[in-house]
Amino acid sequence: MNTSTDKHDVAIELRNISFTYPGHDHPVFDSLNFSFRGGHMGLIGDNGSGKTTLFHIMVGLLHPDSGQVLFNGKVMETEEDFTILRRHVGMLFQNADDQLFSPSVVEDIAFGPLNLGHPPGEAREIAMRTLAQVGLEGYEDRITHHLSGGEKRLVALATVLAMEPEILLLDEPTNDLDNAARGRLLEILGSLDQSLILISHDWDFLSRLTSTFYALENGQLVRSNQVTIHQHQHVHPLGDRRHIHPPC
Amino acid sequence: MIEERFALGSSLLHRTDPTVKIIGATVLAVIIAISQSMTAILIGLGIGIALALLARLSPRALWPRLMAVNLFCLFLWATLPLTGGGETMGHIWTLPISHKGVTLALYITIKTNAILLILTALLATSPVHHIGRGMQRLGISTKLTLLLLTSYRYLNLIHQEFNRLRRAADLRCFNPRTNIHTYRTYSYLVGMTFVRSWERSRRVHNAMLMRGFNGTFPVLDSTTFQRRDIYILTLLSCCALVLAAVSLLH
Repeated sequence: MNTSTDKHDVAIELRNISFTYPGHDHPVFDSLNFSFRGGHMGLIGDNGSGKTTLFHIMVGLLHPDSGQVLFNGKVMETEEDFTILRRHVGMLFQNADDQLFSPSVVEDIAFGPLNLGHPPGEAREIAMRTLAQVGLEGYEDRITHHLSGGEKRLVALATVLAMEPEILLLDEPTNDLDNAARGRLLEILGSLDQSLILISHDWDFLSRLTSTFYALENGQLVRSNQVTIHQHQHVHPLGDRRHIHPPC
Repeated sequence: MIEERFALGSSLLHRTDPTVKIIGATVLAVIIAISQSMTAILIGLGIGIALALLARLSPRALWPRLMAVNLFCLFLWATLPLTGGGETMGHIWTLPISHKGVTLALYITIKTNAILLILTALLATSPVHHIGRGMQRLGISTKLTLLLLTSYRYLNLIHQEFNRLRRAADLRCFNPRTNIHTYRTYSYLVGMTFVRSWERSRRVHNAMLMRGFNGTFPVLDSTTFQRRDIYILTLLSCCALVLAAVSLLH
């Protein structure tokens, strides 16, 4: 797929990927082919259909039984190859607690830049700048495991953004978020110029950030139709009072 | 949940560089632990009390800690005088009280309290992550440092996970008794907690790999030695020298 927001010349391609979890009978992927050349893309599918597994294969955290992962046309084989890939592809994990392992917020965000070889002073500067980008100025010395769920998610996003990746893989970013935190996340993600692939069950969130959808069905990626206009009903608190829906 | 009760504060020891405190605490604790001289360990206890005062530790918070460790010493007092052998110094009813046993119990009690006071005053006055950073700067094995920092970070979550499982069991009317059903349930709970912690550790490791982790924790703060750190280091070194000298003279 190729969309108009293709600012960076980066591409991930999956060729004939087959993958079965050890001890399972059915393959998660069966000769799956996929190519991503930038833009904003939504990835949908039932629980257990392999969405997260697909992300993990893309960045080399899991290795397929057969098939190849290509980054910018080059086949990724060794751990070193994937280490380079991971500088360009950032991933936001489902559970922010898994992602925040340093004691203080600033140390956690600076972890990536330091690993990339930035000197401490510069890493701290990048961390502070990224913290401001996600609207959490003044949080640098907070202890990560004392933050609220929404704050943890935003700090986790900052840790990924601090690596300045060209592609963002977001795994159910709105899980467990309240409306305010969800709104902030939407605003921040909408303002980014990175390409992104978004896994979500939150249709409203998906439709605001992405225009193309792929669905995982029976071990294959199927391009789904564009958003269709339809009537729907939903519930929300105090719905009987006068209220305004934010513009899409 | 681990509470870092003594970590917050503004005393001189709180503001001292953790590397100085790690070195001081290790050297003093080792000398006191191996010393054979009563004078030396009494001086050690004095140093412990002085450091606790210098760190302005709250007696209220310190007391339960001392009680916990002295409860252990109480067991020694209950057994060592009776089992120490050698010369008897008297009798309780018909039981002979061993002179050697009493001396040993006394030594252990004083040493324990002295070391506990020194460790609390020096190490507990820094947050765990500062201690970790200090260890790293001292060149202590990265694996040990990583183990300390990540265990500390995730212990709380592992505890929460255990509690969630425990609550789920309670909600289904689990009532612990002395029977095989209870033991089995507890072993399931513990086993499940291990499995979940292992899975979490894999996810955390993945997250670290995604950000270019290569086996070492980079250090963000390049703190420099202050004048007070040199004073404290000198002070602790003098204490260690006095202790060592008294022990050797003995």
